[in-house]
Amino acid sequence: MADVPIDIDHVSQLARLALTEEEAARFSGQFSRLFEFIAELQALDVDAISATAQVIPLKNVMREDVAQACLPRDIALENAPAREGPYFKTPRILDGES
Amino acid sequence: MSTAAIRGETNFEAVIGLEVHVELSTQSKMFCGCRNEFGAEPNTHVCPICLGMPGTLPVINRRAVEYLCKTGLALGCTIATDSKFDRKNYFYPDMPKNYQISQYDMPLTTGGGVQLPSGKLVRLNRIHLEEDTGKTFHAGGHMAAAEHTLIDYNRAGVPLMEIVTEPDIASPEEAEMYLGQLKAVLSYLGVSDVKMHEGSLRCDANVSIRPVGTTALGTKAEVKNMNSFRSVVRALRYEIERQEAAVRAGERIVQETRNWDEGRGLTYSTRSKEQAHDYRYFPDPDLVPLTIERETIARWKAEMPELPVAKRERLVREHGLSEYEAGILTEDVATADYFEAVAHAAKSAKQAANWLLGDVRRLLEKHELTLATTRMRPQQLAELIALVSAGTISGKAAKEVCDVMVATGEAPSAVVEQRGLAQTSDTSEIQGLVDAVVSANGDSVASYKAGKTKALEFLVGQVMKASRGKANVDIVRALLLERLG
Repeated sequence: MADVPIDIDHVSQLARLALTEEEAARFSGQFSRLFEFIAELQALDVDAISATAQVIPLKNVMREDVAQACLPRDIALENAPAREGPYFKTPRILDGES
Repeated sequence: MSTAAIRGETNFEAVIGLEVHVELSTQSKMFCGCRNEFGAEPNTHVCPICLGMPGTLPVINRRAVEYLCKTGLALGCTIATDSKFDRKNYFYPDMPKNYQISQYDMPLTTGGGVQLPSGKLVRLNRIHLEEDTGKTFHAGGHMAAAEHTLIDYNRAGVPLMEIVTEPDIASPEEAEMYLGQLKAVLSYLGVSDVKMHEGSLRCDANVSIRPVGTTALGTKAEVKNMNSFRSVVRALRYEIERQEAAVRAGERIVQETRNWDEGRGLTYSTRSKEQAHDYRYFPDPDLVPLTIERETIARWKAEMPELPVAKRERLVREHGLSEYEAGILTEDVATADYFEAVAHAAKSAKQAANWLLGDVRRLLEKHELTLATTRMRPQQLAELIALVSAGTISGKAAKEVCDVMVATGEAPSAVVEQRGLAQTSDTSEIQGLVDAVVSANGDSVASYKAGKTKALEFLVGQVMKASRGKANVDIVRALLLERLG
Protein backbone atom coordinates (compact mmCIF):
# COMPACT_ATOMS: atom_id res chain seq x y z
CA MET A 1 0.00 0.00 0.00
CA ALA A 2 2.26 2.73 -1.26
CA ASP A 3 -0.12 5.67 -1.14
CA VAL A 4 -2.13 5.43 2.08
CA PRO A 5 -4.49 8.42 2.05
CA ILE A 6 -4.92 8.54 5.80
CA ASP A 7 -2.80 9.51 8.78
CA ILE A 8 -3.43 6.56 11.09
CA ASP A 9 -1.59 8.21 14.00
CA HIS A 10 -3.91 11.22 13.85
CA VAL A 11 -7.00 9.03 13.63
CA SER A 12 -5.95 6.84 16.53
CA GLN A 13 -5.21 9.92 18.60
CA LEU A 14 -8.65 11.35 17.89
CA ALA A 15 -10.23 8.04 18.86
CA ARG A 16 -8.04 7.77 21.99
CA LEU A 17 -6.80 4.38 20.85
CA ALA A 18 -3.25 3.20 21.40
CA LEU A 19 -2.41 0.99 18.42
CA THR A 20 0.48 -1.40 18.10
CA GLU A 21 2.59 -1.07 14.96
CA GLU A 22 1.02 -4.21 13.60
CA GLU A 23 -2.48 -2.83 14.23
CA ALA A 24 -1.62 0.54 12.73
CA ALA A 25 -0.42 -1.15 9.53
CA ARG A 26 -3.47 -3.44 9.37
CA PHE A 27 -5.99 -0.60 9.96
CA SER A 28 -4.21 1.63 7.46
CA GLY A 29 -4.81 -1.02 4.89
CA GLN A 30 -8.46 -1.37 5.83
CA PHE A 31 -9.00 2.39 5.74
CA SER A 32 -7.40 2.53 2.34
CA ARG A 33 -9.97 0.01 1.11
CA LEU A 34 -12.68 2.37 2.33
CA PHE A 35 -11.15 5.17 0.29
CA GLU A 36 -11.26 2.91 -2.72
CA PHE A 37 -14.99 2.36 -2.18
CA ILE A 38 -15.47 6.10 -1.92
CA ALA A 39 -13.51 6.63 -5.10
CA GLU A 40 -15.90 4.21 -6.84
CA LEU A 41 -18.89 6.18 -5.51
CA GLN A 42 -17.35 9.44 -6.62
CA ALA A 43 -17.14 8.13 -10.16
CA LEU A 44 -20.93 7.80 -10.31
CA ASP A 45 -23.11 10.43 -11.96
CA VAL A 46 -25.35 11.76 -9.16
CA ASP A 47 -26.34 15.08 -10.78
CA ALA A 48 -29.98 14.07 -10.79
CA ILE A 49 -30.03 13.17 -7.09
CA SER A 50 -30.38 15.86 -4.45
CA ALA A 51 -28.01 15.81 -1.49
CA THR A 52 -29.28 14.18 1.66
CA ALA A 53 -28.00 13.61 5.15
CA GLN A 54 -30.44 10.85 5.92
CA VAL A 55 -31.62 7.71 4.14
CA ILE A 56 -34.83 7.36 6.14
CA PRO A 57 -37.66 8.93 4.11
CA LEU A 58 -38.97 10.96 7.06
CA LYS A 59 -38.72 14.54 8.24
CA ASN A 60 -39.90 16.69 11.15
CA VAL A 61 -40.11 13.93 13.72
CA MET A 62 -40.64 15.88 16.92
CA ARG A 63 -42.10 15.50 20.39
CA GLU A 64 -44.23 17.89 22.43
CA ASP A 65 -42.45 19.78 25.19
CA VAL A 66 -43.71 17.74 28.13
CA ALA A 67 -41.57 16.84 31.14
CA GLN A 68 -41.64 13.21 32.19
CA ALA A 69 -40.31 11.16 35.05
CA CYS A 70 -36.54 10.76 35.17
CA LEU A 71 -34.44 7.92 36.51
CA PRO A 72 -34.06 7.63 40.27
CA ARG A 73 -30.57 8.86 41.03
CA ASP A 74 -29.24 5.59 42.40
CA ILE A 75 -30.35 3.81 39.24
CA ALA A 76 -28.77 6.54 37.10
CA LEU A 77 -25.47 6.14 38.94
CA GLU A 78 -25.62 2.36 39.13
CA ASN A 79 -23.47 1.68 36.06
CA ALA A 80 -21.01 4.48 36.71
CA PRO A 81 -17.45 3.16 37.04
CA ALA A 82 -17.07 5.50 39.98
CA ARG A 83 -19.29 7.86 41.93
CA GLU A 84 -18.91 10.26 44.80
CA GLY A 85 -22.04 11.19 46.67
CA PRO A 86 -24.61 12.31 44.09
CA TYR A 87 -22.01 12.74 41.33
CA PHE A 88 -20.42 10.71 38.59
CA LYS A 89 -16.69 10.64 39.17
CA THR A 90 -14.01 10.50 36.50
CA PRO A 91 -10.25 10.73 36.53
CA ARG A 92 -9.16 14.35 36.49
CA ILE A 93 -9.50 16.11 33.18
CA LEU A 94 -6.20 17.29 31.80
CA ASP A 95 -5.87 20.57 29.98
CA GLY A 96 -5.92 20.22 26.26
CA GLU A 97 -8.09 17.16 26.20
CA SER A 98 -11.34 18.98 25.51
CA MET B 1 3.48 47.52 7.15
CA SER B 2 6.73 47.09 9.00
CA THR B 3 7.09 46.07 12.62
CA ALA B 4 8.76 49.40 13.28
CA ALA B 5 5.61 51.20 12.13
CA ILE B 6 3.53 49.14 14.58
CA ARG B 7 5.77 50.07 17.46
CA GLY B 8 5.43 53.73 16.62
CA GLU B 9 2.41 55.94 16.77
CA THR B 10 -0.01 53.43 15.28
CA ASN B 11 -3.47 53.46 16.81
CA PHE B 12 -5.30 50.20 17.05
CA GLU B 13 -8.94 49.28 16.87
CA ALA B 14 -10.57 46.22 18.32
CA VAL B 15 -12.55 43.73 16.28
CA ILE B 16 -14.91 41.66 18.40
CA GLY B 17 -17.35 38.91 17.59
CA LEU B 18 -19.56 37.34 20.24
CA GLU B 19 -20.92 33.83 20.61
CA VAL B 20 -23.81 33.88 23.02
CA HIS B 21 -25.23 30.63 24.36
CA VAL B 22 -28.80 30.85 25.60
CA GLU B 23 -30.58 28.07 27.47
CA LEU B 24 -34.16 27.89 26.28
CA SER B 25 -36.82 27.84 28.99
CA THR B 26 -38.65 24.77 27.78
CA GLN B 27 -40.32 22.36 30.19
CA SER B 28 -38.22 19.41 29.04
CA LYS B 29 -34.78 18.80 27.56
CA MET B 30 -33.84 19.04 23.88
CA PHE B 31 -34.04 15.35 23.01
CA CYS B 32 -35.72 13.67 25.99
CA GLY B 33 -38.49 14.28 28.51
CA CYS B 34 -36.28 15.08 31.51
CA ARG B 35 -37.27 18.29 33.25
CA ASN B 36 -35.32 21.39 32.27
CA GLU B 37 -34.85 23.11 35.60
CA PHE B 38 -32.00 25.07 37.18
CA GLY B 39 -30.81 24.23 40.67
CA ALA B 40 -32.21 20.70 41.12
CA GLU B 41 -30.38 18.09 43.20
CA PRO B 42 -27.41 16.69 41.18
CA ASN B 43 -28.21 13.91 38.72
CA THR B 44 -31.94 13.82 39.41
CA HIS B 45 -32.98 15.12 35.95
CA VAL B 46 -31.38 12.38 33.90
CA CYS B 47 -32.62 9.41 31.88
CA PRO B 48 -31.16 6.77 29.54
CA ILE B 49 -31.30 9.23 26.59
CA CYS B 50 -29.41 12.16 28.14
CA LEU B 51 -27.02 9.73 29.84
CA GLY B 52 -26.15 8.40 26.39
CA MET B 53 -27.13 4.79 27.07
CA PRO B 54 -26.72 2.47 24.06
CA GLY B 55 -29.90 1.80 22.14
CA THR B 56 -31.70 5.02 23.07
CA LEU B 57 -33.01 7.47 20.49
CA PRO B 58 -33.24 11.26 20.78
CA VAL B 59 -36.42 13.04 19.63
CA ILE B 60 -36.44 16.78 18.86
CA ASN B 61 -38.34 19.08 21.24
CA ARG B 62 -40.82 20.98 19.06
CA ARG B 63 -40.94 24.00 21.37
CA ALA B 64 -37.15 24.44 21.31
CA VAL B 65 -37.29 24.72 17.51
CA GLU B 66 -40.14 27.22 17.83
CA TYR B 67 -38.28 29.33 20.44
CA LEU B 68 -35.15 29.49 18.32
CA CYS B 69 -37.04 30.39 15.16
CA LYS B 70 -39.07 33.07 16.98
CA THR B 71 -35.80 34.56 18.22
CA GLY B 72 -34.57 34.48 14.63
CA LEU B 73 -37.71 36.22 13.39
CA ALA B 74 -37.39 38.90 16.10
CA LEU B 75 -33.80 39.56 14.99
CA GLY B 76 -34.52 39.66 11.27
CA CYS B 77 -32.87 36.33 10.50
CA THR B 78 -33.70 34.06 7.60
CA ILE B 79 -35.30 30.82 8.75
CA ALA B 80 -33.79 27.87 6.89
CA THR B 81 -36.24 25.86 4.85
CA ASP B 82 -34.13 22.76 5.44
CA SER B 83 -32.08 22.09 8.52
CA LYS B 84 -30.45 19.15 10.23
CA PHE B 85 -28.55 18.10 13.33
CA ASP B 86 -24.95 16.92 13.44
CA ARG B 87 -22.72 15.18 15.92
CA LYS B 88 -19.77 17.13 17.27
CA ASN B 89 -17.34 14.50 18.51
CA TYR B 90 -14.98 15.12 21.37
CA PHE B 91 -13.65 13.33 24.44
CA TYR B 92 -14.67 15.22 27.52
CA PRO B 93 -16.94 13.78 30.18
CA ASP B 94 -19.33 16.77 30.21
CA MET B 95 -21.27 14.83 27.56
CA PRO B 96 -21.78 11.16 28.38
CA LYS B 97 -22.17 10.23 24.70
CA ASN B 98 -18.71 11.53 23.71
CA TYR B 99 -20.47 13.82 21.27
CA GLN B 100 -22.77 16.78 21.44
CA ILE B 101 -25.73 17.06 19.12
CA SER B 102 -25.39 20.41 17.38
CA GLN B 103 -25.87 21.97 13.96
CA TYR B 104 -22.88 22.32 11.69
CA ASP B 105 -23.54 23.44 8.15
CA MET B 106 -27.33 23.80 8.12
CA PRO B 107 -28.28 25.99 11.11
CA LEU B 108 -31.92 26.91 11.69
CA THR B 109 -31.30 30.58 10.93
CA THR B 110 -28.76 32.71 9.12
CA GLY B 111 -28.28 36.48 8.81
CA GLY B 112 -30.20 39.07 10.79
CA GLY B 113 -28.83 41.56 13.26
CA VAL B 114 -29.19 43.50 16.49
CA GLN B 115 -29.60 47.27 16.35
CA LEU B 116 -27.72 49.12 19.08
CA PRO B 117 -29.16 52.29 20.68
CA SER B 118 -26.51 54.20 18.70
CA GLY B 119 -28.18 53.02 15.51
CA LYS B 120 -25.33 50.69 14.59
CA LEU B 121 -26.31 47.24 13.37
CA VAL B 122 -24.39 44.24 14.69
CA ARG B 123 -24.91 41.60 12.04
CA LEU B 124 -25.59 38.01 13.00
CA ASN B 125 -23.93 35.13 11.22
CA ARG B 126 -26.25 32.37 12.43
CA ILE B 127 -28.30 30.93 15.25
CA HIS B 128 -28.17 27.20 15.74
CA LEU B 129 -29.71 24.72 18.12
CA GLU B 130 -27.75 22.25 20.23
CA GLU B 131 -27.80 20.54 23.60
CA ASP B 132 -26.11 21.93 26.69
CA THR B 133 -23.41 19.93 28.43
CA GLY B 134 -23.27 18.61 31.99
CA LYS B 135 -21.57 20.54 34.77
CA THR B 136 -18.13 19.42 35.87
CA PHE B 137 -16.58 20.15 39.24
CA HIS B 138 -12.88 19.80 39.69
CA ALA B 139 -12.34 18.46 43.16
CA GLY B 140 -9.32 20.13 44.69
CA GLY B 141 -9.93 23.43 42.94
CA HIS B 142 -8.09 24.27 39.74
CA MET B 143 -8.51 21.85 36.87
CA ALA B 144 -4.83 20.99 36.59
CA ALA B 145 -4.45 20.36 40.31
CA ALA B 146 -7.64 18.37 40.75
CA GLU B 147 -7.43 14.71 41.69
CA HIS B 148 -10.62 13.85 39.89
CA THR B 149 -13.69 15.38 38.31
CA LEU B 150 -17.29 15.19 39.55
CA ILE B 151 -20.14 15.47 37.09
CA ASP B 152 -23.79 16.50 37.31
CA TYR B 153 -25.70 15.67 34.12
CA ASN B 154 -28.88 17.61 34.97
CA ARG B 155 -27.86 20.26 32.44
CA ALA B 156 -26.75 17.76 29.80
CA GLY B 157 -29.31 17.90 27.00
CA VAL B 158 -30.95 21.20 27.97
CA PRO B 159 -31.89 23.07 24.75
CA LEU B 160 -29.21 25.62 23.96
CA MET B 161 -29.20 28.15 21.16
CA GLU B 162 -25.97 29.68 20.01
CA ILE B 163 -26.19 33.17 18.56
CA VAL B 164 -23.08 34.08 16.58
CA THR B 165 -22.32 37.64 15.44
CA GLU B 166 -20.15 38.82 12.60
CA PRO B 167 -16.99 40.61 13.84
CA ASP B 168 -18.92 43.90 13.91
CA ILE B 169 -18.33 44.97 17.50
CA ALA B 170 -15.67 47.66 17.95
CA SER B 171 -15.44 48.15 21.73
CA PRO B 172 -16.24 46.56 25.09
CA GLU B 173 -19.02 49.13 25.50
CA GLU B 174 -20.61 48.10 22.21
CA ALA B 175 -20.40 44.47 23.32
CA GLU B 176 -22.29 45.38 26.49
CA MET B 177 -24.93 47.27 24.48
CA TYR B 178 -25.31 44.33 22.14
CA LEU B 179 -25.83 41.95 25.06
CA GLY B 180 -28.34 44.35 26.64
CA GLN B 181 -30.41 44.58 23.46
CA LEU B 182 -30.23 40.84 22.90
CA LYS B 183 -31.24 40.11 26.48
CA ALA B 184 -34.21 42.47 26.19
CA VAL B 185 -35.46 40.75 23.02
CA LEU B 186 -35.09 37.29 24.60
CA SER B 187 -36.92 38.39 27.75
CA TYR B 188 -39.79 39.85 25.69
CA LEU B 189 -40.07 36.65 23.68
CA GLY B 190 -40.09 34.64 26.92
CA VAL B 191 -37.78 32.03 25.36
CA SER B 192 -35.17 32.13 28.14
CA ASP B 193 -34.62 33.25 31.73
CA VAL B 194 -31.52 35.11 30.44
CA LYS B 195 -29.84 34.96 33.84
CA MET B 196 -26.11 35.27 33.33
CA HIS B 197 -25.33 34.40 36.96
CA GLU B 198 -27.24 31.12 36.60
CA GLY B 199 -25.62 30.43 33.26
CA SER B 200 -28.78 30.59 31.16
CA LEU B 201 -27.01 33.28 29.09
CA ARG B 202 -23.29 32.75 28.49
CA CYS B 203 -20.92 34.70 26.33
CA ASP B 204 -17.61 33.94 24.62
CA ALA B 205 -15.74 36.58 22.66
CA ASN B 206 -13.39 36.44 19.69
CA VAL B 207 -11.07 39.41 20.01
CA SER B 208 -8.41 40.77 17.71
CA ILE B 209 -6.88 44.16 17.01
CA ARG B 210 -5.68 45.89 13.87
CA PRO B 211 -4.19 49.27 13.01
CA VAL B 212 -6.95 51.85 12.52
CA GLY B 213 -7.79 52.22 8.86
CA THR B 214 -6.82 48.69 7.85
CA THR B 215 -9.32 46.00 6.96
CA ALA B 216 -7.49 42.70 7.33
CA LEU B 217 -8.42 40.84 10.53
CA GLY B 218 -5.68 40.23 13.09
CA THR B 219 -5.09 36.90 14.83
CA LYS B 220 -7.86 36.39 17.34
CA ALA B 221 -7.98 35.07 20.87
CA GLU B 222 -11.14 33.42 22.15
CA VAL B 223 -12.01 34.73 25.62
CA LYS B 224 -14.20 32.54 27.82
CA ASN B 225 -15.57 32.38 31.35
CA MET B 226 -17.19 35.81 31.59
CA ASN B 227 -20.12 35.57 34.00
CA SER B 228 -21.74 39.01 33.91
CA PHE B 229 -22.09 42.00 31.59
CA ARG B 230 -19.54 43.73 33.79
CA SER B 231 -17.01 40.94 33.44
CA VAL B 232 -17.51 40.97 29.65
CA VAL B 233 -16.57 44.66 29.60
CA ARG B 234 -13.61 44.17 31.95
CA ALA B 235 -12.33 41.07 30.16
CA LEU B 236 -12.55 42.72 26.72
CA ARG B 237 -10.78 45.87 27.95
CA TYR B 238 -8.02 43.75 29.43
CA GLU B 239 -7.64 41.57 26.36
CA ILE B 240 -7.50 44.52 23.93
CA GLU B 241 -4.84 46.22 26.06
CA ARG B 242 -2.88 42.97 26.34
CA GLN B 243 -2.85 42.49 22.57
CA GLU B 244 -1.87 46.11 21.94
CA ALA B 245 1.00 45.89 24.39
CA ALA B 246 2.14 42.60 22.85
CA VAL B 247 2.09 43.96 19.30
CA ARG B 248 3.90 47.15 20.34
CA ALA B 249 6.54 45.00 21.99
CA GLY B 250 7.05 43.24 18.67
CA GLU B 251 5.40 39.99 19.77
CA ARG B 252 3.14 37.89 17.63
CA ILE B 253 -0.45 37.24 18.79
CA VAL B 254 -1.14 33.51 18.83
CA GLN B 255 -4.54 32.02 18.20
CA GLU B 256 -5.58 30.54 21.52
CA THR B 257 -8.31 30.21 24.11
CA ARG B 258 -7.97 32.48 27.13
CA ASN B 259 -9.98 32.30 30.33
CA TRP B 260 -11.10 35.43 32.15
CA ASP B 261 -10.10 35.43 35.83
CA GLU B 262 -12.59 37.72 37.55
CA GLY B 263 -10.67 37.88 40.83
CA ARG B 264 -7.31 38.76 39.32
CA GLY B 265 -8.82 40.87 36.54
CA LEU B 266 -6.90 39.25 33.69
CA THR B 267 -7.12 36.67 30.93
CA TYR B 268 -4.75 33.71 30.86
CA SER B 269 -3.96 31.18 28.19
CA THR B 270 -5.56 27.79 28.80
CA ARG B 271 -2.37 26.44 27.20
CA SER B 272 -4.40 23.75 25.52
CA LYS B 273 -2.65 22.36 22.49
CA GLU B 274 -5.30 23.94 20.26
CA GLN B 275 -4.46 21.62 17.42
CA ALA B 276 -7.15 22.81 15.04
CA HIS B 277 -10.07 21.10 16.72
CA ASP B 278 -11.09 18.09 14.79
CA TYR B 279 -14.67 17.49 15.85
CA ARG B 280 -15.41 15.21 12.92
CA TYR B 281 -18.92 16.59 12.49
CA PHE B 282 -21.31 14.33 10.66
CA PRO B 283 -25.10 14.25 10.31
CA ASP B 284 -26.68 12.56 13.32
CA PRO B 285 -28.15 9.33 11.92
CA ASP B 286 -30.62 9.18 14.84
CA LEU B 287 -32.39 12.38 13.78
CA VAL B 288 -34.24 13.06 10.56
CA PRO B 289 -34.03 16.49 8.88
CA LEU B 290 -36.28 19.44 9.70
CA THR B 291 -38.31 21.31 7.14
CA ILE B 292 -39.85 24.54 8.35
CA GLU B 293 -43.06 25.26 6.41
CA ARG B 294 -44.04 28.77 5.33
CA GLU B 295 -47.36 28.44 7.17
CA THR B 296 -45.53 27.67 10.39
CA ILE B 297 -43.33 30.74 9.99
CA ALA B 298 -46.42 32.86 9.30
CA ARG B 299 -48.07 31.55 12.48
CA TRP B 300 -44.97 32.30 14.57
CA LYS B 301 -44.84 35.81 13.12
CA ALA B 302 -48.48 36.36 14.08
CA GLU B 303 -47.70 35.26 17.66
CA MET B 304 -44.78 37.67 18.01
CA PRO B 305 -45.19 40.00 21.03
CA GLU B 306 -44.38 43.71 20.90
CA LEU B 307 -40.57 43.91 20.95
CA PRO B 308 -38.36 46.33 22.95
CA VAL B 309 -37.69 48.85 20.18
CA ALA B 310 -41.37 49.07 19.23
CA LYS B 311 -42.41 49.35 22.87
CA ARG B 312 -39.85 52.07 23.54
CA GLU B 313 -41.09 54.08 20.59
CA ARG B 314 -44.71 53.61 21.67
CA LEU B 315 -44.03 54.78 25.26
CA VAL B 316 -42.46 57.97 23.87
CA ARG B 317 -45.31 58.48 21.42
CA GLU B 318 -48.30 57.55 23.58
CA HIS B 319 -47.13 58.54 27.05
CA GLY B 320 -44.82 61.45 26.30
CA LEU B 321 -41.86 59.83 28.07
CA SER B 322 -38.32 60.85 27.18
CA GLU B 323 -36.17 58.44 25.14
CA TYR B 324 -34.10 57.90 28.26
CA GLU B 325 -37.07 57.04 30.48
CA ALA B 326 -38.60 54.80 27.83
CA GLY B 327 -35.22 53.11 27.30
CA ILE B 328 -34.83 52.11 30.93
CA LEU B 329 -38.46 51.11 31.40
CA THR B 330 -38.31 48.77 28.39
CA GLU B 331 -35.02 47.06 29.28
CA ASP B 332 -36.88 43.98 30.36
CA VAL B 333 -40.43 42.91 29.82
CA ALA B 334 -41.30 42.69 33.54
CA THR B 335 -40.44 46.36 34.10
CA ALA B 336 -42.27 47.44 30.95
CA ASP B 337 -45.40 45.50 31.93
CA TYR B 338 -45.24 46.86 35.48
CA PHE B 339 -44.92 50.42 34.21
CA GLU B 340 -47.86 50.08 31.87
CA ALA B 341 -50.04 48.62 34.61
CA VAL B 342 -49.20 51.48 37.01
CA ALA B 343 -49.62 54.13 34.32
CA HIS B 344 -53.01 52.72 33.36
CA ALA B 345 -54.30 52.43 36.96
CA ALA B 346 -52.90 55.81 38.05
CA LYS B 347 -53.99 57.44 34.79
CA SER B 348 -50.61 59.18 34.77
CA ALA B 349 -47.69 57.79 32.82
CA LYS B 350 -45.42 60.60 33.98
CA GLN B 351 -46.07 59.89 37.67
CA ALA B 352 -45.68 56.15 37.11
CA ALA B 353 -42.35 56.72 35.36
CA ASN B 354 -41.13 59.13 38.06
CA TRP B 355 -41.90 56.67 40.83
CA LEU B 356 -40.47 53.62 39.07
CA LEU B 357 -37.27 55.33 37.94
CA GLY B 358 -36.82 57.17 41.24
CA ASP B 359 -38.01 56.01 44.65
CA VAL B 360 -39.13 52.51 43.67
CA ARG B 361 -35.79 51.79 42.03
CA ARG B 362 -33.90 53.03 45.09
CA LEU B 363 -36.12 51.11 47.51
CA LEU B 364 -35.91 47.87 45.52
CA GLU B 365 -32.15 48.13 45.71
CA LYS B 366 -32.32 48.86 49.44
CA HIS B 367 -34.43 45.75 50.07
CA GLU B 368 -32.50 43.67 47.52
CA LEU B 369 -35.64 43.03 45.52
CA THR B 370 -36.73 43.45 41.92
CA LEU B 371 -40.09 44.29 40.37
CA ALA B 372 -40.47 40.55 39.85
CA THR B 373 -39.86 39.69 43.52
CA THR B 374 -41.41 42.62 45.43
CA ARG B 375 -44.92 42.00 46.75
CA MET B 376 -45.99 45.54 45.86
CA ARG B 377 -48.52 45.26 43.06
CA PRO B 378 -48.84 47.90 40.29
CA GLN B 379 -52.38 48.66 41.48
CA GLN B 380 -51.04 49.52 44.95
CA LEU B 381 -48.42 51.91 43.58
CA ALA B 382 -51.19 53.58 41.59
CA GLU B 383 -53.20 53.95 44.82
CA LEU B 384 -50.21 55.59 46.49
CA ILE B 385 -49.92 58.06 43.61
CA ALA B 386 -53.64 58.82 44.03
CA LEU B 387 -53.19 59.46 47.79
CA VAL B 388 -50.54 62.08 47.04
CA SER B 389 -52.57 63.69 44.26
CA ALA B 390 -55.64 63.92 46.58
CA GLY B 391 -53.52 65.60 49.28
CA THR B 392 -54.17 62.78 51.75
CA ILE B 393 -50.45 62.34 52.38
CA SER B 394 -47.44 64.53 51.70
CA GLY B 395 -44.81 63.65 49.12
CA LYS B 396 -42.40 62.99 51.96
CA ALA B 397 -44.78 60.63 53.75
CA ALA B 398 -45.40 58.86 50.44
CA LYS B 399 -41.74 57.86 50.26
CA GLU B 400 -42.02 56.32 53.73
CA VAL B 401 -45.20 54.47 52.75
CA CYS B 402 -43.57 53.22 49.56
CA ASP B 403 -40.65 51.87 51.57
CA VAL B 404 -43.03 49.65 53.55
CA MET B 405 -45.02 48.68 50.46
CA VAL B 406 -41.92 47.55 48.57
CA ALA B 407 -40.78 45.47 51.53
CA THR B 408 -44.10 43.95 52.58
CA GLY B 409 -46.68 44.44 49.85
CA GLU B 410 -49.09 46.11 52.30
CA ALA B 411 -51.79 48.39 50.88
CA PRO B 412 -50.82 52.09 50.98
CA SER B 413 -53.96 53.11 52.88
CA ALA B 414 -53.17 50.53 55.60
CA VAL B 415 -49.61 51.84 55.98
CA VAL B 416 -50.84 55.44 56.17
CA GLU B 417 -53.33 54.42 58.86
CA GLN B 418 -50.85 52.39 60.96
CA ARG B 419 -48.20 55.07 60.91
CA GLY B 420 -50.58 58.01 61.26
CA LEU B 421 -49.18 59.60 58.14
CA ALA B 422 -52.38 61.16 56.84
CA GLN B 423 -51.81 64.86 56.53
CA THR B 424 -54.26 67.41 57.80
CA SER B 425 -55.76 69.97 55.50
CA ASP B 426 -57.96 71.35 58.29
CA THR B 427 -57.46 75.11 57.88
CA SER B 428 -58.51 76.13 61.40
CA GLU B 429 -56.16 73.59 63.00
CA ILE B 430 -53.25 74.75 60.83
CA GLN B 431 -54.15 78.42 61.45
CA GLY B 432 -53.66 77.85 65.19
CA LEU B 433 -50.16 76.45 64.57
CA VAL B 434 -49.30 79.32 62.20
CA ASP B 435 -50.37 81.89 64.82
CA ALA B 436 -48.29 80.24 67.52
CA VAL B 437 -45.17 79.99 65.29
CA VAL B 438 -45.47 83.62 64.16
CA SER B 439 -45.75 84.85 67.80
CA ALA B 440 -42.79 82.75 68.92
CA ASN B 441 -40.44 83.76 66.07
CA GLY B 442 -40.51 87.55 65.98
CA ASP B 443 -36.96 87.77 64.55
CA SER B 444 -37.74 85.62 61.54
CA VAL B 445 -40.98 87.50 60.91
CA ALA B 446 -39.02 90.76 60.96
CA SER B 447 -36.37 89.33 58.56
CA TYR B 448 -39.07 88.24 56.15
CA LYS B 449 -40.71 91.66 56.24
CA ALA B 450 -37.27 93.21 55.63
CA GLY B 451 -37.17 91.26 52.33
CA LYS B 452 -35.37 88.09 53.35
CA THR B 453 -37.68 85.60 51.66
CA LYS B 454 -35.66 82.67 52.95
CA ALA B 455 -37.12 83.34 56.38
CA LEU B 456 -40.46 82.10 55.06
CA GLU B 457 -39.04 78.60 54.54
CA PHE B 458 -37.82 78.59 58.12
CA LEU B 459 -41.31 79.49 59.35
CA VAL B 460 -42.91 76.83 57.11
CA GLY B 461 -40.50 74.34 58.64
CA GLN B 462 -41.45 75.39 62.16
CA VAL B 463 -45.17 74.95 61.47
CA MET B 464 -44.52 71.52 59.90
CA LYS B 465 -42.49 70.56 62.93
CA ALA B 466 -45.26 71.72 65.25
CA SER B 467 -47.72 69.55 63.29
CA ARG B 468 -45.29 66.63 63.47
CA GLY B 469 -45.10 66.66 59.69
CA LYS B 470 -48.82 66.12 59.18
CA ALA B 471 -49.91 69.57 58.04
CA ASN B 472 -50.54 70.00 54.33
CA VAL B 473 -47.50 72.07 53.37
CA ASP B 474 -49.30 74.00 50.62
CA ILE B 475 -51.93 75.16 53.10
CA VAL B 476 -49.23 76.04 55.66
CA ARG B 477 -47.44 78.19 53.10
CA ALA B 478 -50.64 79.89 51.97
CA LEU B 479 -51.76 80.71 55.53
CA LEU B 480 -48.30 82.03 56.48
CA LEU B 481 -48.17 84.30 53.45
CA GLU B 482 -51.63 85.58 54.29
CA ARG B 483 -50.65 86.21 57.91
CA LEU B 484 -47.35 87.93 57.01
CA GLY B 485 -48.80 89.72 54.01
